[in-house]
Amino acid sequence: MSNGSEGNFVTTDGRNIGGVMMEMKNITLRFGGVVALENISFNILEGEVRAIIGPNGAGKSSMLNVISGFYIPQEGEVIFQGSPRPSLKPFEVAHQGIARTFQNIALFEGMSVLDNVMTGRLTKMKTGIFSQMIWAGKAEREEIENREAVEKIIDFLEIQAIRKTPVSRLPYGLKKRVELARALAAEPNLLLLDEPMAGMNVEEKQDMSRFILDVNSEFGTTIALIEHDMGVVMDLSDRVVVMDYGRKIGDGTPDEVRNNQEVIDAYLGVSHD
Amino acid sequence: MNTISTNELVSIPHLLARNVATRGDMPAYREKEFGIWQSWTWSKTSLEIENFALGLKDLGVKKGDFVAIVGRNRPAMYWAMVAVQMLNAVPVPLYQDSVAEEMAYVLEHCGAKYVIVGDQEQVDKILEVQQSISGIERIVYFDAKGLRKYENSHLSSFIEVQEKGQSLRESQLTELDKIRASITLDDICVMLYTSGTTGRPKGVVLSNRNIIETSKNSSEFDNLKSSEETVAYLPMAWVGDFIFSIGQAYWTGFCVNCPESPETLNTDLREIGPSYYFAPPRVFETQLTSVMIRMEDAGNFKRWLFEKSMALAKRVGGDILDGNAVGFINRIKYFLGDIFIYGPLKNTLGFSKIRVGYTAGEAIGPEIFEFYRSLGINLKQLYGQTEASVFITQHPDGEVRSDTVGVASPGVELKVAESGEVFYRSPGVFIEYFKNSESTSETKDGDGWVATGDAGFVEEETGHLRIIDRAKDVGKMLDGSLFAPKYVENKLKFYPNILEVVVFGNGREFCTAFINIDLIAVGNWAERMNIAYSSYQELAGHDLVMGAIKEHIEEINQSISEDPMLAGCQINRFLVLHKELDADDGELTRTRKVRRNIIEDKFSDLITALYDGSSSVSTETEVTYEDGRKGSIKATLMIHDTKIIDISQRMAAE
Repeated sequence: MSNGSEGNFVTTDGRNIGGVMMEMKNITLRFGGVVALENISFNILEGEVRAIIGPNGAGKSSMLNVISGFYIPQEGEVIFQGSPRPSLKPFEVAHQGIARTFQNIALFEGMSVLDNVMTGRLTKMKTGIFSQMIWAGKAEREEIENREAVEKIIDFLEIQAIRKTPVSRLPYGLKKRVELARALAAEPNLLLLDEPMAGMNVEEKQDMSRFILDVNSEFGTTIALIEHDMGVVMDLSDRVVVMDYGRKIGDGTPDEVRNNQEVIDAYLGVSHD
Repeated sequence: MNTISTNELVSIPHLLARNVATRGDMPAYREKEFGIWQSWTWSKTSLEIENFALGLKDLGVKKGDFVAIVGRNRPAMYWAMVAVQMLNAVPVPLYQDSVAEEMAYVLEHCGAKYVIVGDQEQVDKILEVQQSISGIERIVYFDAKGLRKYENSHLSSFIEVQEKGQSLRESQLTELDKIRASITLDDICVMLYTSGTTGRPKGVVLSNRNIIETSKNSSEFDNLKSSEETVAYLPMAWVGDFIFSIGQAYWTGFCVNCPESPETLNTDLREIGPSYYFAPPRVFETQLTSVMIRMEDAGNFKRWLFEKSMALAKRVGGDILDGNAVGFINRIKYFLGDIFIYGPLKNTLGFSKIRVGYTAGEAIGPEIFEFYRSLGINLKQLYGQTEASVFITQHPDGEVRSDTVGVASPGVELKVAESGEVFYRSPGVFIEYFKNSESTSETKDGDGWVATGDAGFVEEETGHLRIIDRAKDVGKMLDGSLFAPKYVENKLKFYPNILEVVVFGNGREFCTAFINIDLIAVGNWAERMNIAYSSYQELAGHDLVMGAIKEHIEEINQSISEDPMLAGCQINRFLVLHKELDADDGELTRTRKVRRNIIEDKFSDLITALYDGSSSVSTETEVTYEDGRKGSIKATLMIHDTKIIDISQRMAAE
């Protein structure tokens, strides 16, 4: 089984793929007696779009939660940017430059799009709560800088028209885009997308795919995404990890994975005579 | 420093130089970006344009070259146009929503070597076009988003070209000034493609003389000042936008504001509050419809207040606007209405500061027109054509009527031929259709008279022009009576429920019609009536909808029958189409005018059914999606008979 190439190459469309950004080593995760992930190893290279796919219940979301540091695996270790990662609080993970979106949208429904995206800048704010209350001097300057960064993302994702709209009034597809905007506002090195296309119609999927590719090429952000729409994944990603029942059954470029017998069996089923 | 005399205002670049000299620190452009209105003074604008022109010159653009420009209304796109003119080359703005094959035709026809585009979407189209036609040497794009990984030796960014120009500034500026000084009134200013109701689009060549004279005359007509604010949002390829946002803007030196994105237009309009505004009737219709829909959802008291105030406005608002005598009590009432209703409503629509507003392109419904005027908005009609550099007739202040298109614009002569067709002659009359001398001589005679293609007449007492219909659409029915489809269609389109109508009857016994319902208006009504529907097609086929449409048609039959000349145009049978007529399917032009021949051809089975007496018809229609893929819609349509007023009886009775 191919483990993919080990970094430092240029893709056919001219993007630079660098060295290993994150490495999973023999990860095993159990919930009581249930083995969610079993002895899984793979890596994520700098600048690539890495997909994790698999049927329902394969352990994709658990895997993403391990990457994000939300779950601590019982066995194995996560090596991030060269050093083993200890167990971290969510805000510490955010400070490391990892941002994510959620399968079930987790936005502040009552707040405007702009305010939601601004929360993504939280890690960039240095001034204390009191000077922010008074909102003068440094706090004001900082707010303006952050607003500028947020406006660039709003422009990038073409959501200017809903800037001041409360999130609760938006359709599903746009909420997903706002969530992506919030994640991008943190200027992450590694962006985790949990089923970015789930529940979307064809047009919304096309838009989202375009934005994901644009984020990757424009900002050079490394992206790891979970998705079960095979067509989308194969077009978007540089390399794909395939999971089934908590095990890794395939890893490689979309073409390699597509021709992998075990993957075909997992997706189409095998006949039992 | 500039060496050009500002007295010789022979071209747009000359006007630019004059504006820098006279009001260099005043804003020339604003654009909302990153949530903030960014602005450019005339001096800054001039610098941007000159640097870009120097960069283009370096790429090889020279006198007489055609340079295509495709993008949404952004300052940079306008600068590109003027930069091209500065080199005495010809800008050719194209409709940004044209599909690749439409663009290919135009690009090949004008032989453009350079294309300046707004964003990735347009770059993709041009690259696609490039595979089928040769000759495009360079594509310059403005917004780099999504284009970073394009490896193409034909591509440069706007900024790159500008920076190159900047670096050449010292050595090349005198050369550029020389070219600018060599521009004459008779050089080509711009070439605009007409949307082409029939056949291929035609390239209308307009000279500097056309544009400068027209801009001067029309600015003076409405007393435009350099303090005006406009919002540029209509297609740049349309002659109106060229005159308003470039011609008049440079002549009077007012500021052109560009919205952040097409979706934010309403917010941006409200923030700017334009004092000079143009919109096609459709925009006013849509806005009125949405106001009415929201009022219907409002509480009883609010609705009562709104209805009371609007009734008052209808009675006296127009007269107050025109400066006619209105009683003291009514004036006080209107003043109060303005505080509580009209003012806030205008503010919501972004119309608070409008001093001069125009509508043109299609006939506007009298009720819609009166509605805006009664609010105190000085909305006027103008009648124009690309071939006339827009202006043929327009309403002077104080003489505004919904049934005419106004008096001849300054410098325009009018005459009406035997056949009823209207002809005009003016300083704005175009030079020729590019590479199409046949069409040129068909349209323009040796003395400079141009056929409008519209039938109409001039009222003797007032000098106002009234348009009845397209001259070529006016026909005869089997019994010899006059057939004027547009006249009937416009009457029907004034109902908010009806979006589009196509009337047939030329050379036939009686008239029939295709109807498109307005999904927003009818959808809202359906919601209130608890009618469930899942698609346009389903709603369009609903019995209650049919009933409402039938009622509308019977009402206009009544009103048509009152005019003995047109009484034959009453609609006997109709059907509601299963799809919305769409420019992507070629059924409408890009400016949303009905293409009669194509519709007749495409839906010939439906027309047959309208005339053979059947009560329903099954059909299948091909549709094109926005991304160019094709699909098809199958439907069974019901055909309804309507009541008509028999005029032979009435005439006998009289």
